[in-house]
Amino acid sequence: MSTDIGVWIGALLTLGIFSFLYRDNPVYKVCEAIFIGVSAGYWFVSLFWQNIQPKLYLNLRGAIETLVQGGGIDARWLYLISGVLGVMMLMRLVPKVGWISRWPLAFIVGTTAGLYMITYLQSNAINQVHDTLVPLVGRGSGRFLFFTLPFHVSWAALLVFIGTFTGLVYFFFSVEHTKLAGKTARIGILFLMVTFGASFGYTVMSRMSLLIGRMDFLVGNWLGLVH
Amino acid sequence: MSLLDRMLTLDRRWIFLVVAVAVTVPLFLHLEQKIEITQESRGVFEGLSGLPAGARVIMACDFDPGSAAEVQPMAIAFLKFALSHRLRVIIMGLWPQGPMQADLALRDALRDPAVAAVAPQYGIDYINLGFQSGNEVVIQRMGSDIPMVFPRDSRGQAIAEFPIMENVRNFDAVAYVFNLSAGYPGTVEWVQFAGDRFHARIGSGTTAVSAPLYYTYFPKQVTGVLGGMKGASEFEELTGFKGKGTRFMLSQSFAHIVMILFVVLGNIAFFASRRRKRAGETAA
Repeated sequence: MSTDIGVWIGALLTLGIFSFLYRDNPVYKVCEAIFIGVSAGYWFVSLFWQNIQPKLYLNLRGAIETLVQGGGIDARWLYLISGVLGVMMLMRLVPKVGWISRWPLAFIVGTTAGLYMITYLQSNAINQVHDTLVPLVGRGSGRFLFFTLPFHVSWAALLVFIGTFTGLVYFFFSVEHTKLAGKTARIGILFLMVTFGASFGYTVMSRMSLLIGRMDFLVGNWLGLVH
Repeated sequence: MSLLDRMLTLDRRWIFLVVAVAVTVPLFLHLEQKIEITQESRGVFEGLSGLPAGARVIMACDFDPGSAAEVQPMAIAFLKFALSHRLRVIIMGLWPQGPMQADLALRDALRDPAVAAVAPQYGIDYINLGFQSGNEVVIQRMGSDIPMVFPRDSRGQAIAEFPIMENVRNFDAVAYVFNLSAGYPGTVEWVQFAGDRFHARIGSGTTAVSAPLYYTYFPKQVTGVLGGMKGASEFEELTGFKGKGTRFMLSQSFAHIVMILFVVLGNIAFFASRRRKRAGETAA
């Protein structure tokens, strides 16, 4: 069994969180509150020492010193704009002047939208469409199950093509989903269901992995039963 | 009460207990599971293994302890492989805890005999630049000026003092970016800003939850994707540095078998009860 106080605290907090699986209880509430408090505190301290202190405080102090020594105004004064925007954001804590926080928010929304306008279009639209437009025939396997075909066909590309086409038909609402359009859309639904199933499967796998990690910590690091 | 009624009214805590047992018992077993290698995982390995000794690689740690069970084994295997093959590793993070997780992974990697044999030196063979706030803007700026974004390493020393950072201005000096991603910012941002914009070669190691989202970038926008613990075990198999990813796969498989059994039993109970209900209505 571990003699490390940190491991003990981690193990007891893990068990406290696990206790919720039996039923909601005060121990779980305490562990939950500790987790949220520690996380918030960690983020605050981390961002203070990574941002406010080195970027804002040190740069502005340097800029003021340069100005006092007669060196004039340099580029570091630009950090003042960020500082002012940050203070304006905090104004939302004061109801009477809360509207001021909309200005830095507008700045963030504007710059983010501008930044993403091109990159998202390029990476998640144009490049994705480009990767879907691949030759179906002429490459890949020349077989289907036990049969030899007179031409080569890429089954993966064919599947991607059918899935993309039928999926798009399902989301094409200008045509009523009856007859051929309805049948095609139905195939699209099947592809979507497989996609959701795969995502759900991956989510289960992910959650199980986290549980395995915690169990390994408990029986290995804490109890010392597994090496 | 019939067996069917018991199944339908089973207290979910029994399910939790069975899953816990299914996950824990394999940790005590010394069985090795055969790992099938997927194209996506092989892509990451091939992206790395083709690099010449001395090439610089970025290990971008965008995860935290909450996702360490899945991603940490990838970080350890990556560092062991890269350092033992004399690749120069630049560690950084867009998540505050990421570079700290990298330090833990480094501690493990440096203890490995294959890594110890080449005796990697801090500042020459690897460096930890630490966390930088700004999310995707950090990547964007790295495309034009890395020293401006990271003027100091995680210990506070100017990066100009380290030979590994000599002549490193932008992604042109970096042969490969391996992003360990657990959400935002992560692989999506690296692909959009470093890959598609500055043509950096990217490989992704991610949590299983995010993996389906990133598979769409394979093979053109990323060289490969390691998805969850399975991806970690595949990467360990490929690199030859087996660790927790491989060891945990048995627990993972047991847990999945239990889950599948519960899904099947639940469906049997559901359909059987529906049939019984209909039969009762017909009789009435």
